[in-house]
Amino acid sequence: MTVFDRAYDDTVRVLDEDGEVVGDVPDLDDESLVEMYRHMRLARHFDGRAVSLQRQGRMGTYPPLSGQEGAQIGSAYALDDDDWMIPSYREHGAALVHGLPLKQTLLYWMGHEDGNRAPDDVNVFPVAVPIASQVPHATGAAWASKLRGEDDAFICYFGDGATSEGDFHEGVNFAGVFDTPTVFFCNNNQWAISVPRERQTRSATLAQKAEAYGIDGVQVDGMDPLAVYSVTEAALEKARDPDADRPRPTLIEAVQYRFGAHTTADDPTVYRDDDEVERWKRKDPIDRLEAYLRDEGVLDDERVAEVESSVEAQVADAIDAAESMARPDPRELFEHAYAELPPELERQYEEFAALRDERGDEAFLED
Amino acid sequence: MSETQNLTLVQAIRDGLHTELREDDDVVVMGQDVGKNGGVFRATEGLFDEFGGDRVIDTPLAESGIVGTAVGMAAMGMRPVPEIQFSGFMYPGFDQIVSHMARFRTRSRGRFTLPMTLRAPYGGGIRAPEHHSESKEAFYAHEAGLKVVIPSTPYEAKGLLAASIRDPDPVVFLEPKLIYRAFREEVPEEPYTVPIGEAATRREGDDVAVFTYGAMTRPTLEAAETLGEEGIECEVVDLRTVSPLDREAIVEAFEKTGRAVVVHEAPKTGGLAGEITAILQEEALLYQEAPIGRVTGFDVPYPLYALEDYYLPSAARIEDGILEAVEF
Repeated sequence: MTVFDRAYDDTVRVLDEDGEVVGDVPDLDDESLVEMYRHMRLARHFDGRAVSLQRQGRMGTYPPLSGQEGAQIGSAYALDDDDWMIPSYREHGAALVHGLPLKQTLLYWMGHEDGNRAPDDVNVFPVAVPIASQVPHATGAAWASKLRGEDDAFICYFGDGATSEGDFHEGVNFAGVFDTPTVFFCNNNQWAISVPRERQTRSATLAQKAEAYGIDGVQVDGMDPLAVYSVTEAALEKARDPDADRPRPTLIEAVQYRFGAHTTADDPTVYRDDDEVERWKRKDPIDRLEAYLRDEGVLDDERVAEVESSVEAQVADAIDAAESMARPDPRELFEHAYAELPPELERQYEEFAALRDERGDEAFLED
Repeated sequence: MSETQNLTLVQAIRDGLHTELREDDDVVVMGQDVGKNGGVFRATEGLFDEFGGDRVIDTPLAESGIVGTAVGMAAMGMRPVPEIQFSGFMYPGFDQIVSHMARFRTRSRGRFTLPMTLRAPYGGGIRAPEHHSESKEAFYAHEAGLKVVIPSTPYEAKGLLAASIRDPDPVVFLEPKLIYRAFREEVPEEPYTVPIGEAATRREGDDVAVFTYGAMTRPTLEAAETLGEEGIECEVVDLRTVSPLDREAIVEAFEKTGRAVVVHEAPKTGGLAGEITAILQEEALLYQEAPIGRVTGFDVPYPLYALEDYYLPSAARIEDGILEAVEF
C-alpha cells in the first residue's frame, strides 16, 4: 500500500508532538537529519531577523514563515537538484534548501529585483504574489518537461486560501487532464490573512479536492518534517517515474500553522486567539525534530549550540551581504522589460539619464 | 522562385501556424477546440491531423489555465501559441497576461523569458453574440513587457505571426475577424517574417495622414479613394503593431502632411488614437495645421448586432473625419 491509498483525513505522521515515533521513519542518514534540523533552525532565525529588519525600516513588507519550517524544509529535502520549485512568496526556507541563497530572499524583500534572479543552476521560479497564479505555471512547466520527454518533477507551493481561486482549479485540472509531473503542495496554515480555513471551503479537507481532478490527494502533518519528507518524496518519485495505473500529479495538504502575521503589514491579534496560537506552538516542528534526534542520540547540547551559532553567523553574513548591495542603477528599470529594448524605451531612459546627470541623484532619492 | 497560394487572412494564419509547427519542435498550438475541430474560425484546421495531439492541443475550457500553463511552458523554453476563442473571453486570463506573461522577464532579471504568442480573433462586424466583438487592444498595449500585433492582410498575417512566434518576448496577436475571409492575397508557402514594430504605408498622399490598423484599414482606404477623386490625397499608414508603436513612421507621415486622423474601432477614451495624438504633440507640434482627428468606436459597450453598423467607423464617418482635418 502506498501513502496515497488512504482516506483524505488520515493524516500521515511520523513523529508525534513530543517527537515520539508513530509512523515509518524515512530512510535518511544522521547527517541528513541534522542538516534538515539545521535548515529549520536557519529558516526560523532568518525569519525572526527579517521581521526585525522590517521593524527597523531596513526591509520592506515581509511575509513570515515561522511555524511552517517542517513543511518547507521537509518537502524541499525531497527534491532532486534537477527538479523545479514553483514557490508562492513565503517559501524562503524551501527555496533556501533548493539552493537559493538567503541573500537573494533578503534582496527581494528589500526591494531589489535581483533577489528574484536565482542562479542558473538553481531550479527555482521567481516569487508569485497574486494568489494561486503560479499553479498553472507549475502545470505548464511540468507539461513542457513531459512533452519534451524529460523526466523532471515540479513542486508548486501555495496556501489554503489559494484553493479558493480559479487558478488553483484550472491549474490542477489541467495537470489531471494532461497527467503532468506536478506535485501541488498546499501549505494549509489555517489563515488566509484574517479569514480562517473554514471560510475558504466547505470541504472537510483540502486533500480531498484532488478527487475532483482525478489525481492523488494526501494529508500530512505539516508540523512533522519527517512525514512531510516521506509524502513529498513519494509524490515526486511518482511524478518522475509514474506507475501505469496511477495519476502522475499529487495534491499534498500539509496541515500546519503560521505562528506570526500574514505579512509584517498585518496584526493577527485582531483575528485570532492567543490560545489558538499557544496550542499550535506546542506542535512546533523544530522542537519535535530536535526531541527525536536527541532521543536517537544524534543531537546533544553541544551539537545544538553549534547549530545555533552557525545559523546566527550565516544569517548575519547574508544580511551584511544584502545591505551592502548598492542601489540598482535606474538603467535596470528598463533592462529586462524586453529582450531587445524598443526605441521608445531607450528614449525614455536617455531623457531620464540626462536629467539625472544634470540634477544628480539627490534630486530623485528620498534621504 | 517560391510557390505561392491565394489565401484569405485566416488561411494565411493557419499556414503560418503550420509553417512554424514544422520549423520548430518547441512550438505547440493550444486552446479550446483548436485540435480536432480545427478552431471555431478554422484557423487551426488540419494541424491536429498532421502534428498530433501533443503539438495541437485541445485544452479544457479555461482561459486562465490556457494562458497560465503556456506561461509555464514558455518559461521552460517552449514556444506555445495559445488561442483564446474570442478576444472578449480573454478577461478570465487577464491576470495571467498582465501579472505574469508581461512581467516574467523583468521579474527574473532576464533569466526567464516567455517566447509565447497569445492569439485571439478580435473586433466586430460579423453579427456575433454579446462579448464576441470587442476591441481592447489598448489594455494590452498599456502593459509594458508585451508586444501587440494586429495584421490586416494575409501576406503580412503569416509573416507577422511567424515573427511573433520566433520573438523572444510575449506577443498578443489580435486577428481582425471581420476580414478573416474578406479577400485573398498571394502568400508564399515558404517561411518568412514581417518585422514587428514597423508600420506600412498603404497609400501615399500629401494632404493628410490617416493612421489605422486591422479591419479598419479597408474602410479607411475606401474613404481615401473617394476623397482622392475630390482631389484630397490621404497618406494611409497601417500600424500593424500597436505596441511598440512605430513612432518614426507616424511622425514622418504627419510632418509630410501637417494634418492627421486616427481611425480605430475601439472606444475613443483611452484608445490608441489618444496615444498617437500625444506622440504628434510631443514630436511634431510645429508641423500641426489642424486638430488631430479621431474616428473611433463610441464610448459605449459594444452593441448587439442590430446596432453594430452604427457603432463601427464606416467609410462615411472616416471621410467626414478626414474632411474636418483637411478643411480646418
